[in-house]
Amino acid sequence: MVRFDNVGLRYGMGPEVLRDLTFSIEPRSFQFLTGPSGAGKTTLLRLILLALKPTRGLITLFGEDVSQISGEALTALRRRMGVVFQDFRLLDHLTTYENVALPLRVQGREEASYRAEVVELLRWVGLGERMHVLPPVLSGGEKQRAAIARALISRPELLLADEPTGNVDPSLARRLLRLFVELNRLGTSVIIATHDLALMDQVDARRLVLGEGRLHIYE
Amino acid sequence: MMRRTERTNPAPDVESDLGPLPETLRRNQPLVPADSVAGRALVTVIAILTFLAALAAGAAELVASASAEWRSSISREITIQVKPNAQRDIEADVAAAVAVAGADPQVDSVSVYSKEEAERLLAPWLGTGLELVELPVPRLVVVRLKSDTTPDLTAMKQQLAEQVPTASLDDHRTWIARLSTMASTLVIIALAIVGLVLTAAALAIAFATRAAVASSREILEVLHFVGADDRFIAREFQVRFLGLGLKGGAIGCLAAILLIACLGFLAGYWRASPGGDQIEALFGAFDIGWRGYGAVVVVAAIVATTTALVSRFTVHRHLRGLG
Repeated sequence: MVRFDNVGLRYGMGPEVLRDLTFSIEPRSFQFLTGPSGAGKTTLLRLILLALKPTRGLITLFGEDVSQISGEALTALRRRMGVVFQDFRLLDHLTTYENVALPLRVQGREEASYRAEVVELLRWVGLGERMHVLPPVLSGGEKQRAAIARALISRPELLLADEPTGNVDPSLARRLLRLFVELNRLGTSVIIATHDLALMDQVDARRLVLGEGRLHIYE
Repeated sequence: MMRRTERTNPAPDVESDLGPLPETLRRNQPLVPADSVAGRALVTVIAILTFLAALAAGAAELVASASAEWRSSISREITIQVKPNAQRDIEADVAAAVAVAGADPQVDSVSVYSKEEAERLLAPWLGTGLELVELPVPRLVVVRLKSDTTPDLTAMKQQLAEQVPTASLDDHRTWIARLSTMASTLVIIALAIVGLVLTAAALAIAFATRAAVASSREILEVLHFVGADDRFIAREFQVRFLGLGLKGGAIGCLAAILLIACLGFLAGYWRASPGGDQIEALFGAFDIGWRGYGAVVVVAAIVATTTALVSRFTVHRHLRGLG
């Protein structure tokens, strides 16, 4: 599903922030991406999202070498991934419902074709009563769940979550983790970037540990 | 490799759980926020520029139609001047000139200025109470041509030269040529102003779009990550800016139409005064007509379209830069 071969990244003429990354993400797999703050977890997620270009090495996504990829193919690949940003990135002028429906709207789908689906998912993440509310009114946990619902609505094959429990209390963090595990059980590959050891201890999963620009894998 | 995952349905019957869903849950909000300080400023700039461009277009149409009116009314009237000659009977010469003019099929009517009328024409220069009997005052014959023909006066000139050697024919050609040059220059200046204002509008819109794109950077990034392609994003921006352009264009266009209508009303109100007479002589009834109002609306439409196209181009360039 995702394959990195000797991938390195540097900004401008600076030192390499990520070095010799070689790993793969298998279908239906569940893994944590961890490491100290500033180790490059978000940068690695952005490389997988194709928001950054590696300065060396080869990245293969869903069987395609991304180095020579066209704009259309890039959009098609992004539609197969869901992402939960650390800072949620909800659009403040759209309601919770509109935010969650966004990935389907940008595909040009008619609203009638996805309305029930979005409402169903909002109820599933416990936001059924908050669908008409604008994000500034939502609590941190509600924003987090709205961001997760937006990442899931297009049924991605790969879910990337950057510190998804960073802004919520431990009990909600456990609930969100159960949600990710459930998703994985239903077939989605999940990568959760976190430095929360207590959270990782709750699930027996593969750990990708970033430190000093290198990746160590603990199966 | 799995192509799409299956999600079981944790809430299988949403319709029954929530009751009937409303017709639309979406508020049709544009993805790019429509109401912002930058947006309102842009509407104001577009309204002002449209107002100026529309006024210039209206002025061009006013001058063009007024000059066409001057030219047609002058070219429909010619004057035959019969100079007194001691060896000739001036009354007979005038009668002969009238006969020559009257025989021409292009002529609608012929009227002769009597001796008294001709002398009265000199009064503004020579004063009243002067005995003009001794002065060789020429006599004037005013010939009105039919309006539906393009006059060809060569034959009339030749016949006059043969039958009344003391007569000369003035078709006001020099005067018309000067008027025509002046009117054309005014029209060209007005059109150049329209062009300059439209260019300024395009540049202002380009800068405003760039600023809006920069302030919507986060929205752009989110749209990219949720799978929007460049065409979709550019279209969203274009629709938003077309809306702003139409709003600004409509305000500017309405203001220009109101101003022109008010000026027309005031010109009519002052028509009886000497100043009003002069304005009417220059610009007719100060009415730009349907063509003028059409030009004003076209200018507004051009501004709105320019807004949409420039924003699309700017966003595309910005997205190419991101890529």
